[in-house]
Amino acid sequence: MRILELRGVSKNFGAIHALTEVSFAIETGEVVGLMGDNGAGKSTLVKIIAGNFPPSSGQILIRGEARELRSPRDAQREGIEIVYQDLALCDNLTAAANVFLGRELVRRVAGVPVLDHRAMVARAAKLFAELKSETRPRDVVRRMSGGQRQAVAIARTRLTDPKIVLMDEPTAAISVRQVAEVLDLIRRLRDHGIAVILISHRMPDVFAVSDRVVILRRGRLVADKPAGQSSPQEVTGLITGAIETA
Amino acid sequence: MATTSIEEVIGHSQHRSALAWVASRQTFWIFLAAVIACTLLTLSTDTFATERNLFNVTRNFAFVGIIALGMTAVIGSGGIDLSVGSSVVLSAIVVGATMAAGYPIYVAVPLAIVAALCVGLFNGILIAYVAMPPFVVTLGTLAIARSLAMVLSGNKMIYQFGPDHDLLLALGGGSMLGVANPVFVLAALAVATGFAFRWTRWGRHLYAVGGNEDAARMTGVRVARVKVSVYVFSAFTAGVTGVLEVGWLGGVTTNLGQSMELSVIAAAVIGGANLAGGAGTAFGAVVGAALIEVIRNSLILLGISTFWQGTFVGAFILVAVAIERLRSIRQRD
Repeated sequence: MRILELRGVSKNFGAIHALTEVSFAIETGEVVGLMGDNGAGKSTLVKIIAGNFPPSSGQILIRGEARELRSPRDAQREGIEIVYQDLALCDNLTAAANVFLGRELVRRVAGVPVLDHRAMVARAAKLFAELKSETRPRDVVRRMSGGQRQAVAIARTRLTDPKIVLMDEPTAAISVRQVAEVLDLIRRLRDHGIAVILISHRMPDVFAVSDRVVILRRGRLVADKPAGQSSPQEVTGLITGAIETA
Repeated sequence: MATTSIEEVIGHSQHRSALAWVASRQTFWIFLAAVIACTLLTLSTDTFATERNLFNVTRNFAFVGIIALGMTAVIGSGGIDLSVGSSVVLSAIVVGATMAAGYPIYVAVPLAIVAALCVGLFNGILIAYVAMPPFVVTLGTLAIARSLAMVLSGNKMIYQFGPDHDLLLALGGGSMLGVANPVFVLAALAVATGFAFRWTRWGRHLYAVGGNEDAARMTGVRVARVKVSVYVFSAFTAGVTGVLEVGWLGGVTTNLGQSMELSVIAAAVIGGANLAGGAGTAFGAVVGAALIEVIRNSLILLGISTFWQGTFVGAFILVAVAIERLRSIRQRD
């Protein structure tokens, strides 16, 4: 099933064309590697899908129906979860607080909604265990390693039953061992029927897990093909412009 | 690693012991400093530990403490509110002028609080929706609110408060069980604020905004609403203080609350609120306010000129910020 489809999506910031007529679709349980050089429009595309800002023109279809994503909450409601490049964590809060930020668990005490710290810590601990990450829910994120921070950001996407997970450079700032863990996690998400859009500069990581590669250059989509029929050499050519389209 | 399962590692708490945790809190050391100061004053003067003096000290620090609670919310969210002293005088003049015009206290007090809330709302909207820097916005309202109070009162002292005159004086100047009324208000507000910081979404979100505003926004926290709410809350605490101070003083002039923002910010910062945002506690705000008042009181009792007070308050702010700075440098290593 086509879980997400973009039709002719463009985005202008004043005179700058960040995205021009981008169209592609992703199926349930598919991993798509989205690649492009800095400034190719990857981040803009992520932010549009995340509901951070609307496209200047074009349509977003979810399960075949046109949807307007006006806010991150709208996107979450449609089952879209994002792991941001800078991980979007509050360093001053605990791991559990970060996992539940914006959708804290509450229980009612005499009708007053009160944070359910115990339930949040327990649930976060369970998620970290599932991710096989040694991350303690009560620890403040400021003191955590890159891998632990990654686990916190990924655990956040698992709170709901997401349909689409966008990962913006999830393997950029972590150790080799942790990269393997993150890639395993992406496979695990896929096995659950979740569509994953992986944005990365790291060619080996993309080819290790992606079913398909989509390449942007200067805001235009220049390739959309099965990973098996492409190669790192071809993708590099497409990203730099040495190869026009494929 | 071979013998401990991942669940055990995850389940292990970061804190080695309760004692280590307590010792890592700034509030604890400030509390200790306040206790030591009180002990020294009790031993070195016969005037400090008197009932009369303690009554005055607790009442005086209650005024700063109440607003320090609101200021802690603002600073915790990464902002600053310089307009609190002017909100105090606006609230005080509104309650005074309304009652002097013959209206009952139950009309005048809500009206005064609403006047203060308007200042907070104005601050919050400009900061959250127009994205103006908090320092500039509240510096503007610092001037505006005090000027409005002058316009409203014709810059004359108000000391007759109509039919409910005695009620107003009893509210701010009276006491129950030997404790001044403002202290009860401080205690109630401190408990409510402490609860809100720790146990509500609002508290969690305001520290998230102070910690990483972009992260909070991207995860769906309604950042603008949180920002407006903290300035409204801070103005509310200033409004309450304004009403209580009129009752205590028995009259109000437009220089009430002048440069009070300095003491309030000092109290919040000494109590552990981080001016960079993301940290602070209600208990800390109260302890910070107490320490400042004890020091001020000690200057008087020890016969040192009160002109030194500003030096002490200013030095405290600098020391508190310097400690925070050193700690964040150490953590980065």
